[in-house]
Amino acid sequence: MSRDIYVVAEQRDGEIAKVSFELIGEATKLAADLEQKVVGVLMGDQIKDKAQSLIEAGADSVVYVEDKMLAEYVTEPYAKALTAIIKECDPEILLFGATSIGRDLAPRVASRVHTGLTADCTKLDIDVWKANEEDPGQKLLFMTRPAFGGNIMATILCKHYRPQMATVRPGVMKRIPVDHSRTGEVKEIKVEFKPEDMNVVIREIVKEEHKKVDITEAKCLISGGRGIGSPEFYGTLQEVADIIGGEISSSRANVDAGWIARDRQVGQTGKTVRPELYMACGISGAIQHVAGMEGSEYIIAINKNDTAAIFDVADLGIVGDVRVIMPKLVDALKKYKVANA
Amino acid sequence: MKIVVCIKQVPDTNEVKLDPVTNTLIRDGVPSIINHDDKSGIEAALVLKERFGGTVTVVCMGPPQADLALREALAMGCDDAYLISAREFGGSDTWATAAIISAALKKIGYDLIITGRQAIDGDTAQVGPQIAETLGIPQVSYAEEIYDIEDGNKVIVKRQYEDRYHIIEVKMPCLLTALTELADPRYMHAGGIIDAYEKEIPVIGYEDLKDDLVLEHIGLKGSPTNVFKSFTKQAKGTGELHKELSPDEAVELIIKKMEDRHII
Repeated sequence: MSRDIYVVAEQRDGEIAKVSFELIGEATKLAADLEQKVVGVLMGDQIKDKAQSLIEAGADSVVYVEDKMLAEYVTEPYAKALTAIIKECDPEILLFGATSIGRDLAPRVASRVHTGLTADCTKLDIDVWKANEEDPGQKLLFMTRPAFGGNIMATILCKHYRPQMATVRPGVMKRIPVDHSRTGEVKEIKVEFKPEDMNVVIREIVKEEHKKVDITEAKCLISGGRGIGSPEFYGTLQEVADIIGGEISSSRANVDAGWIARDRQVGQTGKTVRPELYMACGISGAIQHVAGMEGSEYIIAINKNDTAAIFDVADLGIVGDVRVIMPKLVDALKKYKVANA
Repeated sequence: MKIVVCIKQVPDTNEVKLDPVTNTLIRDGVPSIINHDDKSGIEAALVLKERFGGTVTVVCMGPPQADLALREALAMGCDDAYLISAREFGGSDTWATAAIISAALKKIGYDLIITGRQAIDGDTAQVGPQIAETLGIPQVSYAEEIYDIEDGNKVIVKRQYEDRYHIIEVKMPCLLTALTELADPRYMHAGGIIDAYEKEIPVIGYEDLKDDLVLEHIGLKGSPTNVFKSFTKQAKGTGELHKELSPDEAVELIIKKMEDRHII
């Protein structure tokens, strides 16, 4: 009988990805609805000391596979390890972060074990599928996600296959507070790796030199679209960000034009962000962009065009010229800081 | 070297129509394009052919109108094309789609398969890896650059991660999923367009593949996942909109809101 909610804890160089803790947080809610448990899944080289951090984040127990072949992510060794875990543990539900690792590993494994996988879920619920004739009352995972470029939302079910698999983007779910007093079982799953499991050769690993900014961590985002007029104007946005304690970000258009790095891109093909404050400066509000920021707690939009779609999601909309307003905002904020020091 | 590029014809995501009964997309009558990532895949394949020789075959699974996407690919310079289409395939999720396309690829033959990373309608990025699994070949996804092909069968490719990249050597047969950045698609040329319309595009249907497929595992009924419901997003309630403020008034208002919300 399939049981429990498993969360694949993604790690790079032994550091567990933030999204994994977010998913464990979400899993605790789902587990409560299902009256089952949350199990963290760890795969890597010499990784078992990290198990405790998963338990403190909400996992009831952890299963892990350790091997030198898992030191750096390569599809086949990880797929083999995860498949072994699935066969041994028979999870009811299996969650992954929708990262460049999760979106490579999850489909491979879903195909291997012949089950359903739903990508980029923005909402997960446990509920009863009311039209179920074989097993009325059976609780399923209802997986909701944007589709067609974010134009519509779809709720997906995986009725007859297990585990029910889903990927979720970083920044969508919330982690729960760490509890250092939590304990739980940590169990090793032994997997026998063969040399041919490493079916590619990593010739080189190149880590990005400039520490990529993680805009999903920023408390405030000052975001620039086409309306800022020039790449240099990000300097002005950065001044605002520096004063209020935030970061700058961008719509896709400016990233494609080379005005700013891709790690700043917000949107359907960029990052999903939920800051306390999102300032959309000269951003029209295309659906693909809005999909990445509409969860922000407070949205201020400035745009010359009073019919811009961004005003449909903004809490505060100002029709005006960002190139005039933002420098004035910098001055006003500086004065404010001095006056309130 | 036989390169096969898998493409998808996708609706222009500005216009969406859903069948209310099956909750799947009505494809007829909606303006369509070749998915962006896939088009970059076609370009990458054509460049490899120019550098190393071989052929480029393009395949597409879809309704009859997907023929147009294949003709566009032919006009860009692909050598031949196949349409994978049948009533039995309709409504397939990614698992089922990968099973069907894999069965067709087995018949067509391949050394290197290139798919796009993700389509702008389904947005899953799942079919490429699932084809690779079904065929039992290595995959390298998020391929940002193809550096070389060594010894006629080793692909040297840049695999992108958020914080790093790998330079990977992978032996054919193998599958790559292309990022839009992989290549800048060329335009069709006039001669290519004429040739494209004279070429025959064979249709691969259920009868052609049934030995490799389990009917109960494909199509709307057989797919492991299905759409329970689709809905348009609820518009977030519109907040306040100010059209007549001077820049100074605007700045004052912004600072007030920041204060109210304890941003400053």
